[in-house]
Amino acid sequence: MSILVNKNTKVLVQGLTGKTGTFHTEQALAYYGTQMVGGIHPKKGGETWTGSKGESLPIFASVAEGKEKTGADASVIYVPPAGAADAIIEAIEAEIPFITCITEGIPVADMVRVKARLDRSNSRLLGPNCPGILTPEECKIGIMPGSIFRKGSVGIVSRSGTLTYEAVFQTSNEGLGQTTAVGIGGDPVKGTEFIDVLEMFLADDATTSIIMIGEIGGSAEEDAAQFLIDEAKKGRKKPMAGFIAGRTAPKGRTMGHAGAVVSGGKGDAESKIAAMEAAGIRVSPSPARLGKTLVEVLKG
Amino acid sequence: MNIHEYQAKALLKSYGAPVAEGVAIFSADEAEAAAKSLPGPLYVVKSQIHAGGRGKGKFKELGPDAKGGVRLAFSIDEAKAHAREMLGNTLVTAQTGEAGKQVNRLYIEDGADIDRELYLSLLVDRSVGQVAFVVSTEGGMDIEAVAHDTPEKILTVAINPEAGVTADDLAKLTAALKLEGEAKADAEKLFPILYKAFVEKDMSLLEINPLIVMKNGRVRVLDAKVSFDGNALFRHDDIKALRDETEEDAKEIEASKWDLAYVALDGNIGCMVNGAGLAMATMDIIKLYGKEPANFCDVGGGAGKEKVAAAFKIITADPKVEGILVNIFGGIMKCDVIAEGVVAAVQEVGLKVPLVVRLEGTNVELGKKILNESGLAITAADDLDDAAKKIVAAING
Repeated sequence: MSILVNKNTKVLVQGLTGKTGTFHTEQALAYYGTQMVGGIHPKKGGETWTGSKGESLPIFASVAEGKEKTGADASVIYVPPAGAADAIIEAIEAEIPFITCITEGIPVADMVRVKARLDRSNSRLLGPNCPGILTPEECKIGIMPGSIFRKGSVGIVSRSGTLTYEAVFQTSNEGLGQTTAVGIGGDPVKGTEFIDVLEMFLADDATTSIIMIGEIGGSAEEDAAQFLIDEAKKGRKKPMAGFIAGRTAPKGRTMGHAGAVVSGGKGDAESKIAAMEAAGIRVSPSPARLGKTLVEVLKG
Repeated sequence: MNIHEYQAKALLKSYGAPVAEGVAIFSADEAEAAAKSLPGPLYVVKSQIHAGGRGKGKFKELGPDAKGGVRLAFSIDEAKAHAREMLGNTLVTAQTGEAGKQVNRLYIEDGADIDRELYLSLLVDRSVGQVAFVVSTEGGMDIEAVAHDTPEKILTVAINPEAGVTADDLAKLTAALKLEGEAKADAEKLFPILYKAFVEKDMSLLEINPLIVMKNGRVRVLDAKVSFDGNALFRHDDIKALRDETEEDAKEIEASKWDLAYVALDGNIGCMVNGAGLAMATMDIIKLYGKEPANFCDVGGGAGKEKVAAAFKIITADPKVEGILVNIFGGIMKCDVIAEGVVAAVQEVGLKVPLVVRLEGTNVELGKKILNESGLAITAADDLDDAAKKIVAAING
């Protein structure tokens, strides 16, 4: 099993015809035949997209048309920042159940607008400013490098793209493999939070352990820790390892991710680590020891 | 991006917010004309630097008994004297660090008869994904201290973006601030104005501390601190024009031209990483092995080889840097692009310090091949742990 995406997931690409969209769509098609079913471009509807190895996909003028003609149940967005919020809203209005936005650098005010629209819909948004989601040997949405994955038992959820890859790489090297890896993204206002993904991993029988990677800024890790404590009281609990990036980050400075900033005395690494440890997560001091830490937890 | 108080006030005034009359000056010669253009007889001379705590701050060059960075003047001559003493000197406040900041601009403002000092800010409340007002009756103080000691004195009201500031929101805010009569009417006009300015100008923080009620019962914005969302500057040329580069680190200015996420730090291991989380984690692991990072640098996902080369040059130009760690886990970023950028930069500016490179992910084999064939003295690392150990060992000799 897996969460959110599997071999039956059909994906439309918003921003397919750009350089980034093209490269990663080729990679997705090459990854166990992920069902990329079409692209969206308002002015190129009816045309055909051709990849560098001769792959081809139909282009539709709107998400609604693409969904109707392909039966797509997911979309991935590579649209540049200025138009990304409108692309998300178009996907929400077309009632796409699962929308992943890769775009980095969307103005926060635009995401506030998206969030209000999202809250009145049945769609789930992953991201923005995220690497996407990957279920090994079934479906790759976004930009994660498929070669480091291995089918297995660890659920991975992370605010950071490249640290997701570290966790994947290390759990593959330890022979554990992954059920699904989910990058929730580094923006302050986003669609899917830790709690949403943890709930799904707790419910997924194939996921027998979890790695959670947070970073400074906000209180999503503390909220997730409280959620885990509450669920554990109901008897729902899985072995977990974790990491928090930004222990050495200076206060008041935004560290790359728009959401990675310690401000107003909130969001520092130490309080997040303490909350996660209180929830039974073994937090590794080194980002290079995520896999080994999880193995230690599993050995008990 | 941050702006000065006088720029923030001019911006808020353009939206109709009540601010005092004031004039910004760049030299002491301008002080007399500036003060004369104001109603008087009370003037406030305020240092314009991008840091808080100016009133309690001290000038390095003046004695410990000298007045701080915000001064009252009861005559035009006194305002002139303050301007002469303040301009060009270095103000050290709780937020500037020991080095302080040189005061190159002053704002001379009409004084106000203060009855009450309140706190008000707008920010994006990430827990609900909405813009929120944060208000308190405890104005003029450090709001973090108020939040810590008396959290019940702070009220947060999140604004539904589809409804805007409602009558209900206003009632909650004015009640929390204990505003009545004319002051309440002023606030009911002011708060929607502030919300409009915040959203239209893509602010990330608008802090008014204090917002005052004057003895005549009217409300006024006495101080204003505004930061903008860097991701939205592309649609605000007017705001970009307010940038004061003298307030920023030269390396950070150069990095921003290349759209690099770069933060100068105090250590001596330069870092170039893709991804903010991995960049922070790289700093953390350097510290774990007993050294300090010289910078945070995320070259981002879509960087081309020119951008990678620019980042590398900024890092090598920092005289504190004794060694460089390049740590790349390619997703969007392809390892061959990184390798080409590093090689191009080294060929152009040379390499005087040890360089450790760790590559993994998209196009990793191609990237390693480019580095191997370059003939440069690059130490390859297998993983992040290995990379951190190798660069620390190289520096320790």
